[in-house]
Amino acid sequence: MADEVEVKKVEGITKESTQEMIDEALEAYPEKGRKKRAPHLAPNDPSACSTCVKSNRKTVPGVMSARGCAYAGAKGVVWGPIRDMAHISHGPVGCGWYSWGTRRNLMTGKNGVTQFGMQMTSDFQEKDIVYGGDKKLATLLAETHQLFPLAKGISILSECPVGLIGDDINAVAKKSSQELDLPIVPCSCEGFRGVSQSLGHHISNDTIRDYIIGTREFAEPAGPYDVALIGDYNIGGDVWAAKDLLAEIGLNVKATWTGDGEMDKIAATHQVKLNLIHCYRSMNYMCRVMEEKYGIPWLEFNFFGPTKIRESLRKIAEKFDDRIKENVERVIAKWDVEMKKVVEEYRPRLEGKKVMLYVGGLRPRHTVGAYEDLGMVVIGAGYEFAHSDDYERTMPELPEATVIYDDASEHELEHFVQKLKPDLIGSGIKEKYLFQKMGLPFRQMHSWDYSGPYHAYQGFPVFARDIDLAVNSPTWKLVKSPF
Amino acid sequence: MANNLGLTVKPVTTTSPEEEARVAAWIDTQDYREKNFARQALVVNPVHACQPLGAELCAHGFEGTLPFVHGSQGCASYYRSTLNRHFREPAPAVSDAMTEDGAVFGGQANLHEGLENAVALYKPKMIAVFTSCMPEVIGDDLTAFLKNARNKGTLPKDLPTPYANTPSFKGTHITGYDNMLTAILQNLTEGKKVEGRCTGKLNFIPGFDANTGNYREYKRIFDAFGIPATILADITETFDSPNDGTYRLYPGGTPLLEAGDSVNGKATLTVGPYATAKAFAWIKEAYAGRHASLGMPMGIGRTDDFLMKLAELFDRPVPDALRAERGRAVDAMTDAQQYMHGKKFAVYGDPDQLLGYVAFLLEMGAVPRHVLCSRGSKKLEKELELLLQSSPFGAQAQIWMNRDLWHLRSLVMTDPVDAVIGDTHGKFLARDAKIPLFRFGFPVFDRVNKHRSPIIGYQGVINMLSEICNRFLEIKDDTCEERFFEMMR
Repeated sequence: MADEVEVKKVEGITKESTQEMIDEALEAYPEKGRKKRAPHLAPNDPSACSTCVKSNRKTVPGVMSARGCAYAGAKGVVWGPIRDMAHISHGPVGCGWYSWGTRRNLMTGKNGVTQFGMQMTSDFQEKDIVYGGDKKLATLLAETHQLFPLAKGISILSECPVGLIGDDINAVAKKSSQELDLPIVPCSCEGFRGVSQSLGHHISNDTIRDYIIGTREFAEPAGPYDVALIGDYNIGGDVWAAKDLLAEIGLNVKATWTGDGEMDKIAATHQVKLNLIHCYRSMNYMCRVMEEKYGIPWLEFNFFGPTKIRESLRKIAEKFDDRIKENVERVIAKWDVEMKKVVEEYRPRLEGKKVMLYVGGLRPRHTVGAYEDLGMVVIGAGYEFAHSDDYERTMPELPEATVIYDDASEHELEHFVQKLKPDLIGSGIKEKYLFQKMGLPFRQMHSWDYSGPYHAYQGFPVFARDIDLAVNSPTWKLVKSPF
Repeated sequence: MANNLGLTVKPVTTTSPEEEARVAAWIDTQDYREKNFARQALVVNPVHACQPLGAELCAHGFEGTLPFVHGSQGCASYYRSTLNRHFREPAPAVSDAMTEDGAVFGGQANLHEGLENAVALYKPKMIAVFTSCMPEVIGDDLTAFLKNARNKGTLPKDLPTPYANTPSFKGTHITGYDNMLTAILQNLTEGKKVEGRCTGKLNFIPGFDANTGNYREYKRIFDAFGIPATILADITETFDSPNDGTYRLYPGGTPLLEAGDSVNGKATLTVGPYATAKAFAWIKEAYAGRHASLGMPMGIGRTDDFLMKLAELFDRPVPDALRAERGRAVDAMTDAQQYMHGKKFAVYGDPDQLLGYVAFLLEMGAVPRHVLCSRGSKKLEKELELLLQSSPFGAQAQIWMNRDLWHLRSLVMTDPVDAVIGDTHGKFLARDAKIPLFRFGFPVFDRVNKHRSPIIGYQGVINMLSEICNRFLEIKDDTCEERFFEMMR
């Protein structure tokens, strides 16, 4: 990644000006809080900055953080999108209720028959806390199997109290699995574990490794172009757009992880030739496991915006024969015509506009190229739950001395925005209305603001349209009243 | 190849279209309904959230108040997101980010550090502390922790810091609202009761009501009466603030001094008897003045009761303007009754709203067929029964307590209705049953401005019936044969 660093600059932003802005934001903290937050904020140094911000540390108590928890990572991100399994939120009602349908991982199939995008919970009551919930869980698993007979498996996603009272969901899962002849996966993703949703991804990946992978085999013979799409959660249909493009270049997508995912196909992924990973943060663990255990190579790619799509397709083609390489060139040439039209339409309206990003997963770096395709410049980026390897991948993508913020508090973001006056902010639902009240254009970049897809060639026109409608909406001009 | 489950490796299978069709047909049957209703442990698509969500909503209703979750940061993010999505407004709240070490050593260190940071960064006039699951399970003692914080100096002595225990495994979001409201009022009114003093004001307690239009409507009614009122808790501005280019952390809420002085009010009225049971019981003991508890004023009769109660409490007549409004609402009802008369409804929601929906439907001559509450009590069941028995249109109703939306799906598939009333989560069953869902509850994630349109009072009657009748008319226009497509409806 770092081999093709071209240092970008933004007029008016220097290392000193950014550091000064950071110091000002820190002034409001009590001493202890300031000391904890300072290492998470820095001006970008694209060439030598692998550790210039600290990450994956505990959130400072009492600050407004955007972070979620391990359960959110497990249910909302990794397990939840597998469409043909029943996912049990095991514990009190809330966690399942709040995460119900809110991450927009779209699914095919019929709801309640072959697809289970619904809220299933053990709805813990006080007596379950006192006496334990294992017995209830066993009953619940049998009921789930009876009422949803086409569910290919069940995941048990434990909420905080389950871990605290010491329930043995592993034993219950094992016994019920055998009785029902159904894969039942216990996932100890209690929200208090770790520092963010990131640990939930990791724990979930481990359970997929331990309980799912290798338990199924494709009936048809393996082909040279069999791949799996890893780390795409089908937000607003992203998986479908990415899958279509991979099919267009001649690859055979055998499994999608986990957006619109199917348990059996995920379980047989160890038979593919190559794993293609989009969201590195949430799924790199699984790529490593399949590489070590089954010798399957993996490749990171980026399907946001024509420039990155082009680069990624060529990188993917390098892993295959001339047939794929030729396909890729043909597909790029075909879509370049379409993409040029999109850019020609929107670029004049977006040229030079400044963007600040604060999201999770891959977006603070992966989307930079897409904004640049539209003539925009990203002047600040940060993650809710990244690790240092994410920042290593991010620094080269961003202009020099722009501000990097890890687990930013709303106080810090607000300060940076006031100072830098971006033309667009891309962040989450909790930030959205705060900045809109300031009269600033905003897009929810976790959920595509109820739009999408944004991935691949199908996604870019949607992305460009959405960015244009956000930045250039006449409504922003009405915010200041004339009287 | 072995795996941890001890199951054998199998080929990838796909469900055949025939099998899918068979099960798809089966889940709509009476046989499935019986199996569905026999379940003991599994809850599918419940209509209730957990306590802290309600606690946060309540806290947002007070001036300069920072909701503070003692527990995991993920919980705080969930409550905030849920409120953001419903209101399309900011919901500033913090947590003290407890993790594994908190589970082992208790959450006092997190609480103290969190309070110090929150005070410095967000300069609140009050911090409302409430708990999520973790500290409840490990038994954190908030009384002691907060006392220690004051002694240590991490918490300013004069900063009100009410706290409520809001375990998620007990009650629902309305219980949390009640617990937080009780704690806040106890804190703010402490030592404020003055013998012989009367503010002359009405203390008005709406309960968990996520419709800002309702709050504005209540205020308009009090203004029409000329009754000065203190709303406990007032989320009107917090969740419906103007966009003028300035972000305000605390845009509204009941002034703290006024809330404290509410203990000397002329009268206290709650319209959320289920959502404020604990707070109201305490108020009856602690507050001066008269006390009254009514149902939410939805429909004509319940609005009449509400206005007459105000008239009685303040010894003044119902203003002519409201009398005229009543007439207009009744006029709208008689004009439109033909479009709702005999139409069957499935309704679900929180107890107070649920009673309101049913009362309104009965007045319109509509038939509440399935009435469902996913955490209902015997008391609610009894009250619903009495309400339904009061009208011939209630005779066909079936009440379902402690059932969820997957139960309701079975009900509407085997015993069809014309429409559903409830929150956004019912859209799946409404689609399967090919009937409209009227979104009047919480949360509404998938429509705009529902929370700005009041459903209480006479205006609320007009709003509800317009939405429902016009949709039925639209359906008729969309589905009727060409030869029955006509100008007049």
